[in-house]
Amino acid sequence: MKKIISNILTALVYVFLFAPIVVLLIFSFNASKSLSVFSEPSFYWYKELLKDRHTLEAVRNTLVLAASATAISTIMGTAAAWGIDRLRSRWYKAAINTVTDIPMTNPEIITGISLMLMFVFVGRMLGARNSLNFWTMLIAHVTFCLPYVILQVLPKLQQMDRSLPEAAMDLGCTPFRAFLKVELPEMLPGIVTGAIMAFTLSLDDFVVSYFTSGTDFQTLPIRIYSMTKKTVTPKMYALATIIFFVILGLLLISNFIQNSDEQKREKQI
Amino acid sequence: MYREKTKLMSNGSRTALAPYSVWAALFIVVPMLFIAYYAFTDNNFNFTFDNISRFFTSVSNIKNEDGSVSEVHTYLLILRRSAKLAVISTIICLLIGYPLAYRISRAKKSSQKTMMTLIMIPMWMNFLIRTYAWMTILQDSGIFNNILKALGLGTVSIIGTETAVIIGMVYDYLPYMVLPIYSVMLKMDKSLIEAAQDLGCGSFSVLKRVIFPLSLPGVLSGITMVLIPSISTFYISQKLGNGKFFLIGDAIEGQYVANNLHFAAAMAFILMVMLLVFMALVKYLTGHYLYGGENK
Repeated sequence: MKKIISNILTALVYVFLFAPIVVLLIFSFNASKSLSVFSEPSFYWYKELLKDRHTLEAVRNTLVLAASATAISTIMGTAAAWGIDRLRSRWYKAAINTVTDIPMTNPEIITGISLMLMFVFVGRMLGARNSLNFWTMLIAHVTFCLPYVILQVLPKLQQMDRSLPEAAMDLGCTPFRAFLKVELPEMLPGIVTGAIMAFTLSLDDFVVSYFTSGTDFQTLPIRIYSMTKKTVTPKMYALATIIFFVILGLLLISNFIQNSDEQKREKQI
Repeated sequence: MYREKTKLMSNGSRTALAPYSVWAALFIVVPMLFIAYYAFTDNNFNFTFDNISRFFTSVSNIKNEDGSVSEVHTYLLILRRSAKLAVISTIICLLIGYPLAYRISRAKKSSQKTMMTLIMIPMWMNFLIRTYAWMTILQDSGIFNNILKALGLGTVSIIGTETAVIIGMVYDYLPYMVLPIYSVMLKMDKSLIEAAQDLGCGSFSVLKRVIFPLSLPGVLSGITMVLIPSISTFYISQKLGNGKFFLIGDAIEGQYVANNLHFAAAMAFILMVMLLVFMALVKYLTGHYLYGGENK
């Protein structure tokens, strides 16, 4: 009896979690404009979406921004994780860890406002009319992606046997070759998950983007925000459905990579 | 030779870390300083306390339900409302999230993974769209009311109430409560539970004396992870509260849109200081209760 009740309650929570998503998926295929009465299934809103130039441009912008932010934050973050792992100065390590925590614990609105204030101030000093543009958004996205990359790569280095790269060097590898042949393969699963996390975070970010974006470069979440200020058509739901499946796909890939990494480790042991 | 090699490696590590150190200083630390700088200066960048004192002293008139007019502290009222809604949402998340995390950690290994993935999937739907979907569901002519009507239960109007805002917050941030509690429960030493049972503890007693104290770090991190985004949100209240429940995030965003950057910075500064105090308290409590005062 107790078990049945607990199962029912658990199921109810899942219904709560998936209700809006199911509603969204269903109504994106609605033939009429209504978001609460389903008339008949159609792809009308998907076709409308493909005609919407502003939204398509926003999609392109979002992808360009996410790809650039991912590339920069993955490279810089991996190098940083490697450096932190080998750092011997205790205070330097503590300082780096504290600062890395800031973007993750601060409310997004504070991160957004703080970067915006700096950009506006510097822009004014340089005499620019629009101080917010693609570059300020890129800086902001790299900044909030970096900690996640570092936190994915660092544990892989800490799990690694320290004597392995040393052994490689004793056997005649140059430090760089030892890095390529020994350390990089160990870090790779962390780098890949870190990159995927950075990409999805950047793709999905609204709050920080809102404060750091100018008028000439809009991303999808910003576009969605301005769309939801007016009455919304199922076109937006069609868009949400597509994004949902893209991100779901990325997550499944990253899960798969992590799983095969775990299996490999278990075999080694 | 060995010492030289490690010294070389340490130099290498500093070189690898250098770009990030510079980046973090320029784009994490300096922007924080800019909040303080803007908060304590006027439009000509002269030092002033005006922005901060405006937050605490600004008053406005509101109409009561009986038609009488009363004077309130505008921003203190907003701050109190934000804190109230965030605390209620956090408590509800805890009440739902804790049993759920416990239930999942007790399930079969294979189903645990599926259940956790299902918890996380909604997080990957853009939160603007999730919130908007709730708005259409809860509308007076929305799906929820249609279902109630079909069941012959009449209709309720939820949009534009505090309840709607709380539903939105709980929905958006529940996964942040479940995740840390679940990961603590997963790591928990199962033999402790068995030992307690062997020594005659009933299942409630085991929960109260063994499982709950051991899961406390997860609970505390869940509380911070839900409270911080929900106290600072600015979209949920606009959509689900019909703009009637202005929160501190809305106030900051409004000042940004109106280009009052100094006052926006002052509010951000106050919010940040409050949250820092709160987090320090949580950290102290964690150290105090879990490690008997030795902060490890």
